[in-house]
Amino acid sequence: MALYGKKYFLETRVKIRRIQMSRFLRDKLHGTWMVVTLIVVVAMPFILLIGLFLKSKMLLDDHSIFHLLFSKEWKPLSGEFGFYPFIISSVWVTAVALLISAPICLLTSIHLTQYAKKWVLKVMHPVIDILAGIPSVIFGVWGILVIVPGISDYIGPFFGKAVSGYSILAGAIVLSIMIIPFILNILIEIFKTIPVELSEASLSLGASKWQTIKFVILKKALPGIVSAFGLGMSRAFGETIAVLMVVGNVTKIPTGIFQPGYPLPALIANNYGEMLSIPLYDSALMLAALILFVVVLIFNFASRLLIVRYERHN
Amino acid sequence: MENAKITIRDLNLYFGKQHILKNINVEIPENKITVIMGPSGCGKTTLMKSMNRLTDLNPDAKLSGSILIDGKDILHSGDDITKIRKMMGLLAQRPYPLPMNIYNNIAYGLRISGRKKKQFLNKRIEHYLRQVNLWDEVKDRLREPAGALSIGQQQRLCLARGLAVDPEIILADEPTSALDPISSQTIEEKFLELKNNYTIVLVTHILRQAKRIADHVVFMYLGEVIEQGTAQEIFENPQQEKTKSYLKGIFY
Amino acid sequence: MGNLKKIEEGFFRVLMFCSTVLIALTLFLIIFSILYKGLPAISWEMVSQVPKGGFYFGKEGGILNAIIGSLYLSFGSTLLAALFGVPLALFMNVHLIRHKKIVNAIRYLLDLLWGVPSIVYGAFGFAIMVYFGIRASLLAGIITVTLFIIPIMVRGIDEVLKSVPRGLLEASLSLGSTRSEVSYRVFFKQTMPGIITAVLLSFGRAIGDAASILFTAGYTDYIPTSLNQPTATLPLSIFFQLSSPIPEVQQRAYASAVVLVFIILVISILSRVLTRKYQKNQINF
Repeated sequence: MALYGKKYFLETRVKIRRIQMSRFLRDKLHGTWMVVTLIVVVAMPFILLIGLFLKSKMLLDDHSIFHLLFSKEWKPLSGEFGFYPFIISSVWVTAVALLISAPICLLTSIHLTQYAKKWVLKVMHPVIDILAGIPSVIFGVWGILVIVPGISDYIGPFFGKAVSGYSILAGAIVLSIMIIPFILNILIEIFKTIPVELSEASLSLGASKWQTIKFVILKKALPGIVSAFGLGMSRAFGETIAVLMVVGNVTKIPTGIFQPGYPLPALIANNYGEMLSIPLYDSALMLAALILFVVVLIFNFASRLLIVRYERHN
Repeated sequence: MENAKITIRDLNLYFGKQHILKNINVEIPENKITVIMGPSGCGKTTLMKSMNRLTDLNPDAKLSGSILIDGKDILHSGDDITKIRKMMGLLAQRPYPLPMNIYNNIAYGLRISGRKKKQFLNKRIEHYLRQVNLWDEVKDRLREPAGALSIGQQQRLCLARGLAVDPEIILADEPTSALDPISSQTIEEKFLELKNNYTIVLVTHILRQAKRIADHVVFMYLGEVIEQGTAQEIFENPQQEKTKSYLKGIFY
Repeated sequence: MGNLKKIEEGFFRVLMFCSTVLIALTLFLIIFSILYKGLPAISWEMVSQVPKGGFYFGKEGGILNAIIGSLYLSFGSTLLAALFGVPLALFMNVHLIRHKKIVNAIRYLLDLLWGVPSIVYGAFGFAIMVYFGIRASLLAGIITVTLFIIPIMVRGIDEVLKSVPRGLLEASLSLGSTRSEVSYRVFFKQTMPGIITAVLLSFGRAIGDAASILFTAGYTDYIPTSLNQPTATLPLSIFFQLSSPIPEVQQRAYASAVVLVFIILVISILSRVLTRKYQKNQINF
């Protein structure tokens, strides 16, 4: 201390205190911003819900919700807003897509986790991830290039139908490929977490590998599998652009998968231009968005609850 | 040794590039309790699992040598592996009840081999549950999920399940390590009864347990069999340095 | 009897193998068909010029408007989302570490948000725009896409942060650091490659999504020079121009598709490379 002198000592003391104060100030600022982000993000779903609800209120004031959901008449110019054809189309497309993708996902996930050699899984991982990252429009383009003509030229005639190809089936096929990587990743995770000792126990009782899979592994994984499909369904229900491009967009209740359909998201996407020119049309489309939001939320909520219960059980 | 139920000759096991089991030569006597012991990581569980070829589950595993059960080499015979595995019941470190109710857990092995008649199943299930002292505790809740039982009960259930398929050999991998002392005692007593009808191979790292119930001992260290012999020979008069050190508790 | 079982197992094994191959084949088919239609359309003019004579009718020019517009939009929204997402993820894993229930509730909420279809965000964004009198513009698009990708980004970063062992947090705090110093100087640095991967993947989602910007970003032939102008984007460039009867316009759509797929593939490869580098250097505690 004698080397530096009292003045230097005091100056350093002040400097240190200033640095300490600025550290704490910075900490406070960061902390405050973090709380702000938390509030914003947590509030988001509620703001979405309330916003959409307020916007659809005008329509709800004039019509009952049951009438809107179940009426088959969609004539906006006359003030008729029956969502039934769109809801049914959405249900059709989603259901068929799940029907196609569920067995494929199950079979592939079992193959990759129980039977295939390690390098196969390593190769399939990037394949699945890239498939998951391909944007919706690209699937739509592919659908128009390959699926639609495929249906009109091959699949349709095979069943004796002369169709344009723009149909529920086209939408379902495209949709199924879009949700496959999503469901597949969840299923692979689930099968990976089943302890190998359970398989060992079954095998040492004289069961074959396939019997072990059928009676033990699948049973153990069942809640997880169901919730994976539930999440896949909710993803399919909300998918807009790809389906829009191949499904036909005809306002009619479809009577078969080769018929065109008009799912709910497509309704919103196609008509936003006319929204403001026809009275109550914007309310109607906001209501459609709200219905979509609520349905997806319910599916997600239920599926994730299943997963939480399933993990707790283990 | 006469009456060797299992004879292992020159067994080598590789997991990929790692040499896990080195030139194993072991004889397991019939209707006795043979304890495989050694410090953790010495390969005792792997050795036991190779006996019913559960090591096949690991795609990187490469086995060479021979494992003779009743004179027949299970590594090279063309026999269906499920038949071989049924001969040996497995009891793991922690109980792994199948995701079914108590009744179906025991019925599983029977149904797999094609025995489906209700009467037959009922009789067998009661018989084996009695054998592990579980019948009185669960007879009124046979249709409840097996996961609802306590850990000690689950382990006894797994033992009953394994016995139900009429094995000749029981492989037990540290079967009491997850259990409380009373359940552990029950399992040990069961083994002492069972050895009259079954050949038992037990892996344990609890020296006292080995001393309590072993008839025959195999001591392993770092993938090799250091010494094997009757319990009396090994515990009272060990020949090898490493065996002596282990028994003194110098390394675990 | 045993033979029946063997046939059953064999049958399913063949089915399983075919199913796996089917998925891989489909991916190649998709990329192949896009390239088949789009590669011939790619030329220097295509990627360096804006459409001349109108994007729907003009026969000349290229897709530069869409390329630049998409890049502006995606960079903007990714940055904005990171501004909210990174602090939130750090907050959850550092500051709130003792309140496990709250963190799990937030994670649950984020997972729910993550599943909301982008068209809902688009419709909501549109409603806000109408209410405030904002026109379809780059800014409106950025805000909508930001809302859409925030859950994706937070979730991704959260996954990476979750894996940091608690001991590191405790050690840093016991050295006298404030919590935000621990967040930014320790956690952030420790997991940087993982965070970059999460941000990259969010960028990929942002650039590829059409439904959220359908109403909010507008469309135009020109490259926007201010936030208030509408902007073209690659997904909408495809969507609007694909069904045109004029072949040159269709070519622009296919070219946009190729550019988009190319960007997505690059992001995929980059994030895999980064993840591998990350795992190599990571100390396994």
